[in-house]
Amino acid sequence: MLKSILAKKVGMTQIFDQEGRAIPVTVMEAGPCTVLAKKTVQKDGYEALKVAFCEIKERKLNKPQRGQFSRAGVTPMRYIRELRIDNTESYEVGQQIKADIFAAGDYVDVSGISKGKGFAGAIKRHGQHRGPMSHGSRYHRGPGSLGSIAPARVFKGQTLPGRMGGERVTVQKLEVIGVDADKNLLLVKGSVPGPNGSLLMVKHSVKTGGKGGR
Amino acid sequence: MMNLIKSVEKDYLKEQITDFAPGDTVRIHFKVIEGNRERIQIFEGIVIKRRGSGLGESFTVRRVSYGVGVERTFPLHSPKIEKIEVVRKGSVRRAKLYYLRKLKGKAARIKEAR
Repeated sequence: MLKSILAKKVGMTQIFDQEGRAIPVTVMEAGPCTVLAKKTVQKDGYEALKVAFCEIKERKLNKPQRGQFSRAGVTPMRYIRELRIDNTESYEVGQQIKADIFAAGDYVDVSGISKGKGFAGAIKRHGQHRGPMSHGSRYHRGPGSLGSIAPARVFKGQTLPGRMGGERVTVQKLEVIGVDADKNLLLVKGSVPGPNGSLLMVKHSVKTGGKGGR
Repeated sequence: MMNLIKSVEKDYLKEQITDFAPGDTVRIHFKVIEGNRERIQIFEGIVIKRRGSGLGESFTVRRVSYGVGVERTFPLHSPKIEKIEVVRKGSVRRAKLYYLRKLKGKAARIKEAR
């Protein structure tokens, strides 16, 4: 992992590029994230940074949570997450990670909790096809065959209706269109999971090694 | 949160936009790139709809050329639009003039606003 940051989804809009084409972009408030602690190979078996994001009032935290911030000497924040980064030596406790670790033209992967869709059928949930709506079909949006009659049971993994959404989703290889380090804004092309205001994890793209082809 | 989106859009918004509404006849001066040459193409017709707000606002212009109805939708803030000229102000009673698609000849005319 080269670089990653926590962000908050602000919403979507469109902007125009030099050729005058409209590009759909998602605006994210990325960082500043403060390093709370470092995980090391000797002590924890792996390297990572424990970072905090989004300032809140101290009274909103309970005592164990407050302790994590007072030990690092950092103002209280809402979210604490671990970022898997190889070179943790270059970071100090209390140091801030800002949106300018990314530049326009980079590719990033964005993870978040997707919007809850409720109890969804097999067509919406698993992308199955529907039956004919007319010509006396009588089979419209059902889940289809549940398998052979011989085992006298339904195998695990059979795609059936059920709760959809509200799970962690990663969208890979989104192009960074713009970075505003002063306002902590990150603009990426396309959509990202979750409702506006939700927490996102932005990291360099595993598919391109973080750098853009174009 | 909305203000953050507005602050992103602000740099791309056009400051001066000609005032026009559905029913108006307009001339759109649109930049076209042919190879490495750029020229202005003019599209004239009746505005049949205007939708959206902010940077995403767009409008549709309809004209009948050689007996074929042609509709083009432009993003209002597109940098490709050089100029919008209002040729004639129209007086209409609705915001979306889809009914014009079914009409032709004399019936497809719009009363001039005065």
